[in-house]
Amino acid sequence: MSETIETSSETITLTIDGQEIQAKTGQTILQAACENGIYIPTLCALHADKENGLKSDIAPGTCRICTVRVNGRTMAACTTPVAQDYIVENDTEELNDLRKTIVELLFVEGNHFCPSCEKSGSCDLQALAYRYQMLSPRFRYAFSSREVNAESPKLLFDRNRCILCRRCVLAITTEDGKQLFGFTKRGDKSGIIMDEELVKNISEEQAQQAMHICPVGAIIRKEKGFDTPFGQRKYDHNPIGSETVCTTCNGEKS
Amino acid sequence: MSEHIAAISDIAAKYDNDPNRLLDILIDVQAQERCVTDDVTRQLAQQVGLSWADIHQTVSFYHFLSETPRGEYTIYLNNGPVAIMQGYEEVAAAFSEAAGCSIDSVTEDGRIGLFVTADIGMGDQEIAALINRVVFTCLTPEKARALVKDMQEGLSVQDMARKHREYGDGNNSLPAIHSMVRNNIQKAGPVCLGPYEVGVALRKCATQSPEDILSQIKASKLRGRGGAGFPTAMKWEFCAKAQGPERCVVANADEGEPGTFKDRVLLTERAELLFEGMAICAYAVGATTGSLYLRGEYTYLREYLEQVLEQMRADNLLGKDIAGKAGFDFDIRVQLGAGSYVCGEESALLESAEGKRGEPRNRPPFPAQSGYRAMPTVIDNVETLASAAQIIDKGADWFSNMGTEESTGTKVLSISGDCDRPGIYEVEFGITIGELLDMAGARDPQAVQVGGPSGHCLNADARDTMISFEGCSSAGAIIIIGKQHDLLAIIDNFMEFFTDESCGSCGPCRSGTWMLRNTLRRIRQGQGTREDLTSMRQLSEVMKKTTKCGLGHTAPHPILNTMDNFPHLYEALIPEQSDIRVFDLEASIKAANAAVGRTSASKETREKEEEQL
Amino acid sequence: MKKPIIATASLAGCFGCHMSFLDIDERILDLVELVHWGKSPINDIKTFEQDCDIALIEGGCCNDEHIHTLRDFRKHCRILVAVGECAIMGGLPAMRNNIPIQECLEEAYLNSPSTAQANPEQILPNDAELPALLDKVYPCHEIVKMDYFLPGCPPRADLIYGALTALVTGQEAKLPYEVIKFD
Repeated sequence: MSETIETSSETITLTIDGQEIQAKTGQTILQAACENGIYIPTLCALHADKENGLKSDIAPGTCRICTVRVNGRTMAACTTPVAQDYIVENDTEELNDLRKTIVELLFVEGNHFCPSCEKSGSCDLQALAYRYQMLSPRFRYAFSSREVNAESPKLLFDRNRCILCRRCVLAITTEDGKQLFGFTKRGDKSGIIMDEELVKNISEEQAQQAMHICPVGAIIRKEKGFDTPFGQRKYDHNPIGSETVCTTCNGEKS
Repeated sequence: MSEHIAAISDIAAKYDNDPNRLLDILIDVQAQERCVTDDVTRQLAQQVGLSWADIHQTVSFYHFLSETPRGEYTIYLNNGPVAIMQGYEEVAAAFSEAAGCSIDSVTEDGRIGLFVTADIGMGDQEIAALINRVVFTCLTPEKARALVKDMQEGLSVQDMARKHREYGDGNNSLPAIHSMVRNNIQKAGPVCLGPYEVGVALRKCATQSPEDILSQIKASKLRGRGGAGFPTAMKWEFCAKAQGPERCVVANADEGEPGTFKDRVLLTERAELLFEGMAICAYAVGATTGSLYLRGEYTYLREYLEQVLEQMRADNLLGKDIAGKAGFDFDIRVQLGAGSYVCGEESALLESAEGKRGEPRNRPPFPAQSGYRAMPTVIDNVETLASAAQIIDKGADWFSNMGTEESTGTKVLSISGDCDRPGIYEVEFGITIGELLDMAGARDPQAVQVGGPSGHCLNADARDTMISFEGCSSAGAIIIIGKQHDLLAIIDNFMEFFTDESCGSCGPCRSGTWMLRNTLRRIRQGQGTREDLTSMRQLSEVMKKTTKCGLGHTAPHPILNTMDNFPHLYEALIPEQSDIRVFDLEASIKAANAAVGRTSASKETREKEEEQL
Repeated sequence: MKKPIIATASLAGCFGCHMSFLDIDERILDLVELVHWGKSPINDIKTFEQDCDIALIEGGCCNDEHIHTLRDFRKHCRILVAVGECAIMGGLPAMRNNIPIQECLEEAYLNSPSTAQANPEQILPNDAELPALLDKVYPCHEIVKMDYFLPGCPPRADLIYGALTALVTGQEAKLPYEVIKFD
């Protein structure tokens, strides 16, 4: 699994949706787009910044929402490196419909009761549903049985809301690199597990980070839910991806 | 207890406490303890330097590893497509009844565990099962009951096997195998099952340059036999050119596609040819490390394969300065799998061989650039490597004169299902489905499943379809489905298979497979709608375009193929277009009524009854 | 031109969607100009005197009466609109869907702090006149075909008004981003 991405300094040119952009070899299409203010949706890949405390970008490649067409072939933008003269299609009806379908699948797979969720209004999954104008998923709800774990003094872990993106698995580790979260089983029984011993002793900083990087409301820092009033939440007024320049890069990256 | 800890510790130590050998460690622990408990996971975490979560990830991924005991005798009854056509249900019921435990459970005394598993590569001799890694074939309800009795009486599995059925033909009766498995070679072709003398190809190879070897493989136009048909020479060249201090060759013997069993026979009868092929590949690309990834279901062949390797080392066909060529060093180890279909995908296989969950990797990098433990790696199908050895022995022209323009050489097919002569057929590419059906003695076929669930479900119009890369490409599984079967029940079996075998990592595959399965089930129960048919198509497209690996790309095939080739089956099940959905109201109030002690029917039903009065 | 007839119903909901509907405030006078009112809790008309054009359905289906009502609406109405999260996906009542019904009933009537004392005879309601509970709460579109979906908990008044006037006038609804939310 490519977890971190190293870049070099050689500059190349490619186009995304007809716009010619510069990128560095070794960068992924997603990173290049992000630096150039082009929005490609993600639920698993995450750009490192001060706020989320990541040391480097992560790209688990699990959600597939960032699927783009590269020279005609569909690829995940978060794991595909740029190359000279690539022609990338991103914001097209076809691709946005694929993305909408994936969002719908995630909504019916878990138990996403938005009205009762602490993350509502700041949830990336919900925000993508707004962006792609999902009114009701075309698929049947599974109402699957998922466990809630509230054992940890700091964290509430609600698997009903988990979309198995693996951000927590990759990003939340002990100082010597041991995982606090893991992926269990496979197929329709897949899930995220916590190392309860390690999570019990999680630092305040890490607990906040875990909640912050979780794209949905599966990891909640106890006592921090519903902190932001309606009207001031992340996606109350503008759709996800409507910033013209990536808020995390902010042109800082050279 | 401390003895117990020491035993686990010994197993890990045997593999140098190397986290890369975690899968081997876990397989041995499972064999000894009948499970890998949470405590053991914690102990191993300490010992190999990983977190509990990290090891748990691996344990929970594989079908043959478990966190709770699976019984002194663990029965894995195969519920693959051919098995369900040939009486799986009755055999399962007999096991369950005789043992006194339901499927997926262990008897109270802990003696017998009864589980199901996807196809174990015995489609030509169903019903088949593994009991403590020993293969039992041609099971019937009577035989199942007899086996349970043997287990209750404490017979060894080997004794049970001997009592049950005589040893199979060919090498199956060698002491190192001693298995009841039959080869069922119905037609031996000239390449993989043709005349062969051990060592000739490899010795010829050692007298030439690696470039010469590559150019012969290129001239033969050999393509990968796993189904995708990638040009073999090109793959080898990529690896040869890749940067890296060491290179690796892996033979993919994880044939998990239901209905496929050709590698089983090649491994039994042509192991040397395969290993020669690997060594030749190693010579061509400059590799020193070799690995045979053997599916867990074929553990019964392991001892034999180790013996063959040992003999080849003794004969200077493996090891140092192979065939007298200074600097031609290459050796092979056998890596066991532990029950996972997706590990047949090359990058997932590498993850698994490194002791992790068998999840496909994000690409690039491709295995030829960075494969097993970051070494540039060639991964080829067993049949591809065996063919390569024959090409070096008998020449590229000899090979490319067989088959078709695009698909040279032969293909080893596994034919099973409703036919008189199930088994192995090595035929030239270009043969038609019709010819195959006649050769195997097909009985009143309704459908032909080419390439297993991930392949193509063809109808009676497909007799002229050609088996080739330009025609109908596959790894060689042909399942003949007679008219007496409910085809959609078999498709349901396929979708259940994919739902279980998806690694779960990529969203559209994980949720797409079960959504397709659930929707199909609803349709089969007469509760489907036209919108369901549309949404299954849309979802299939999304899976093909967005999933990470071949499993997700091909998992919709059973649904798409049957919607295209057998539309009447769906039409017959969709209720007349109606705005009122089919919903069983009486069934849905049953549980709550029972809970409160009420017996009356729903209000709607009562009102209707009153009206009639 | 004949005015379209509108009906509404609340199934397994909290009437919050109906309250939100009333939140259109004085615009209700505009609406009165545009439509006739049929069966609805708002006017307490309880039967379909004639077939309706548009029906707004609040709530999912949690008992046999809901199924009956929803089917009846489907038979008598040209367009059915699922209004709010409960109608669309079961909503908060559906949080019971992965808990066995027996456990739900015991928690509600026997074991919860408020009922343990109040129900000394340990009775689970079972009168024949009570609606029979379903095994789970069903989104409306699993029971009948629904034509439109208005999400929200509740859907914003502007969304209900905008969608309804669009349906009545046949003009496309132009709704701002803030109006379509799931909470």
